[in-house]
Amino acid sequence: MAEVSRFDVAKAVFVKDLRVEIRSRVLVNQILPFSALVMVLFAFALDATNVLTRVAPGLIWLAVLFSMIVIVQRGFAVESADGALEALQSAGVDALGVYWGKWAALVVQLVVLEVLLVATAVLLYGVDLRAEGVVLLVTTSISATCGLAAVGTIYGGLAAGVSGRETLLPLLVLPVASPVLIGATRAVEAALGTGGTAISEGWPWLGLLSVFAVAFGVGGSFAFGPLIED
Amino acid sequence: MTTITPQSLEVPARRRGTGTRATRIIGLATIVMIGWLAVFGLLISPADRDQGDSVRIMYVHVPSVWLAYLAFIVTAICSAIHLFGRRHSLGVDRVAGASAEVGVVFMAVTLVTGMLWGRITWGVYWQWDARLTTTALLFISYIGYLAVRGLEGTRQQRARRSAVIGLLVVLEIPLVHWSVRLWRSLHQEATVLGTDLDVSLDGLMLFSLFSGVVAFTLLFIWLVLHRSRMLTMIDLAGERALDEALASRISEGGEKRA
Amino acid sequence: MHPSPDATTDPVIDLEGLVVVLGGFPALAGADLRVERGEILLLAGPNGAGKTTLLRACAGMTRPVRGSGRVLGFDLLRERESIRAGVGLVGHRNGLYADLTVQENLRFWGAASGATSSEIEAAASAMAVDGRLATVPVGRLSAGQRRRTALAVLVVRRAALWLLDEPHTGLDAQGRDELDALLRRAAVSGATVVFASHEADRADQLATRSVRVVAGRVEAVDG
Repeated sequence: MAEVSRFDVAKAVFVKDLRVEIRSRVLVNQILPFSALVMVLFAFALDATNVLTRVAPGLIWLAVLFSMIVIVQRGFAVESADGALEALQSAGVDALGVYWGKWAALVVQLVVLEVLLVATAVLLYGVDLRAEGVVLLVTTSISATCGLAAVGTIYGGLAAGVSGRETLLPLLVLPVASPVLIGATRAVEAALGTGGTAISEGWPWLGLLSVFAVAFGVGGSFAFGPLIED
Repeated sequence: MTTITPQSLEVPARRRGTGTRATRIIGLATIVMIGWLAVFGLLISPADRDQGDSVRIMYVHVPSVWLAYLAFIVTAICSAIHLFGRRHSLGVDRVAGASAEVGVVFMAVTLVTGMLWGRITWGVYWQWDARLTTTALLFISYIGYLAVRGLEGTRQQRARRSAVIGLLVVLEIPLVHWSVRLWRSLHQEATVLGTDLDVSLDGLMLFSLFSGVVAFTLLFIWLVLHRSRMLTMIDLAGERALDEALASRISEGGEKRA
Repeated sequence: MHPSPDATTDPVIDLEGLVVVLGGFPALAGADLRVERGEILLLAGPNGAGKTTLLRACAGMTRPVRGSGRVLGFDLLRERESIRAGVGLVGHRNGLYADLTVQENLRFWGAASGATSSEIEAAASAMAVDGRLATVPVGRLSAGQRRRTALAVLVVRRAALWLLDEPHTGLDAQGRDELDALLRRAAVSGATVVFASHEADRADQLATRSVRVVAGRVEAVDG
């Protein structure tokens, strides 16, 4: 058999995942409306606009976390519906390649989600984007997303390997993801200038988020194979 | 060709309980030390100048948090040995599981005593203090670890999965702690409240604390020994049930043929 | 492909006393099995006898707790990765993505296993899922077409040993005949096929040899 590199596998899985999404439109038709709805529900719960503006960064990342759980469940439901993940395993396809492919596809979906959520915060919560904070906002979102996707893909694979245990996913993902919630929220507060925070206060958080992304990217690369293995 | 034969389990098949001479001695020592701790912690050691009698909670709180962390370190080390060792021993996996279970209990004790102390000292049960928050998240993470241990699958599968999760949690601890500390350092309330968990201890107090650590360490060893032996026996019972099931399955085949 | 020292003379499957436990139950209770290259072997036997577990064990997908075995010349316990690369297992589920078309599914597997687009075309036509069918999402195919797509994946992967669990299930008479013809052709071109079926008389037409799986063990069929 022709040699297949890990990147070929990753690319194949990545392209396949996005193609499945484009065909089924579950992200666009179900998950994005769900997360917009969550933002509306936050507004109902917290009532006053000035409060909403103050806590908007936190609400954005909370909505990202909750929606990510749904995206990950969907991403691995696609794999287990007709036994595709098992077929990949039984064919000895490189697990690390599968991990990277699914990670990259999750990153793309999360970025789409985050753009929508920031837009919702601008429209519904009266959040102002300031030009000087854009770099921090974008770099924060990218590093937070990379870390979240690494964590989501690890535990998504674990939950998919064991049928009917998808309910375990939030319990495993959310505690691990809490540093991202804290870090990304503070960094976005700095980027938006929420509550008078200066942009410079955001950079230490970016450091944390980057270390998190690297740690769990590497950790997940080691962990994924053993986790989905029978 | 590699042939698998029934795995030899470390416990003699015939034993009834999980106790040995060693565990009985440790158990006895634990009881003595807990009594000793009660006498020193509650009666002999003085009340604190600022905190009064509430300082006595520390003699349980501090040892239990140390032991909880020790338990999780044992779990992590056993997970690493299982994963990277040549034998992929199920024995160390059972120790990892037993240690995590005991660790979760100690961590629960830590959280409850910490909250009681906080209510008396700070006037609130919960402070978003870096250590407290890290501890709470760790507690939940190990509950997740135990949930993974309970998943279906073969013993090898369970061992490999939980070893991986056990090591991922270790990766999580410093990041959680870092993020929470960075977060709290931006807010001043925690230090405004004044008293922190660190108090200046006089000799007798230090001795009581030390007694607590010794007592809880003995308790930890005793619990982990018993629990991992019990897990071994559960596996052993499964092995024996398998032999019976095999025999009955083979005779079933014979009947069908006849 | 994945050569082993005596790849041409060794049996493709050689199992001894395999015991596989599923949820505390010995699904395989000491199974012995030898399969030679180019055979089309039928695993007959009632439901629950252990046919599926036997196929999964041969694919290196379930770890035996006792016994030993070689598949494609590789040790069942130590060289599972090599076994997996050469074995194609199609179980009750086809392992396809319902939202993607036949062609997209095959191309995905092609990319994951290093097949060229002409090889993918050839695989599709070998399993008669080319032409008009190629652009239909798998979710909209009939059971037989889906099964054939799953087999085309095995061709794309150049699997040397095909392990098929109840391949005829859900197919009508015409679908069965088509499938049988395709499997015979695959065997002629070098693949070894082991398939399980609980309807022995109908499956017999396809098989070159049959064994019975009873209570987790393999028995020869007389005559």
